[in-house]
Amino acid sequence: MTGPSSGELEPRATSLFGNEEVALVDLLDRLLAGGVVLVGDLTISLAGVDLVRISLRALVMSIAPVERQGTLAERAERGDTPRNGAAAPKALTARELELGDE
Amino acid sequence: MSDTLTYVYAVAREVDPAAVAGLEGLGGRPVRTVEHRGVTAVVSDADRAEFQERALEERLEDLEWLAATARAHHHVVDTLGRDHLVAPLGLATVYFDDERVRAVLDESAETFSAVLDRLAGRAEWGLKVYARKGSPAAAEAEAEKPKSGADYLRRRRKALREGDTTLEDARRAADEVDAAVSALAAAVKSHRLQDAQLSGQTDPMVLNQAYLLPVERVDELRAVVASYQDHPKVRVELTGPWVPYSFAAAATSSSGGSAP
Repeated sequence: MTGPSSGELEPRATSLFGNEEVALVDLLDRLLAGGVVLVGDLTISLAGVDLVRISLRALVMSIAPVERQGTLAERAERGDTPRNGAAAPKALTARELELGDE
Repeated sequence: MSDTLTYVYAVAREVDPAAVAGLEGLGGRPVRTVEHRGVTAVVSDADRAEFQERALEERLEDLEWLAATARAHHHVVDTLGRDHLVAPLGLATVYFDDERVRAVLDESAETFSAVLDRLAGRAEWGLKVYARKGSPAAAEAEAEKPKSGADYLRRRRKALREGDTTLEDARRAADEVDAAVSALAAAVKSHRLQDAQLSGQTDPMVLNQAYLLPVERVDELRAVVASYQDHPKVRVELTGPWVPYSFAAAATSSSGGSAP
């Protein structure tokens, strides 16, 4: 299972054997779009996946403004980033996610 | 009415109840098994209030809850998946009690068996491909200050054009890797491209695939990925092995499933 490789090629061996190294966004890609889908007794409709994206974006905005200033500045240049207050990311997301999807 | 629900993490085969002893699920609750007709549901109790009282939107907006639930879910299926054949369930599948779970197993035993058969001897791998940014040409263009507005616009257009070319090249390279890996795989699933802000990467993502790969082909997969390590246009990132989240979804539905 282990092989000599280096740098970014090294698979995250932790994904089967530990958790914290798994990127949340990769995990949610799988947990929300995948898995055996059963109708539970209390249905949490995963049609709400886009809402999750919104949340994630809000998270990124809240924890990483410093490192991402470059990106944010670029966005501001394009005039699409009112980044003040919690509501701002939410309002933007639908459009931005479309972009991210392309 | 009981104040707990039964949360189902995965269905599996031949799980000795001792295998889940000590395993913790949501909120640190103990994981146990519910077996019926040769299929095992891996479950734990879950707080009824947590799944019922809050509105859907509120719940999904609550990142802390979402992250904790996802991590707990993953911990259970991932741990068990080391030495068991498991088909993970989607996030947050809950039933009123174990009896209801047994009824679902009864109803869908054949479907679950078919899914598990398909996953046997295979694991999921993730491959993300990013376009490498910052070509020398672009850097050069920015070195000098523009002499006029027209000059600026001309350079800007050139830079955009080159950016497009770079992205196209990257997509082409990504298609090549994808074709090579797909040839090894039993199944392929495309995930959405992750926004740079979510992926934490500055380079734009051009491919986000999952492959269901026979375990004996892992070396070939690594060889393909390694051959792209120094590619000038793209950077490839391999993750895995994952429990087969992306490939348990297709053949589902307890009411007349549509197998792929």
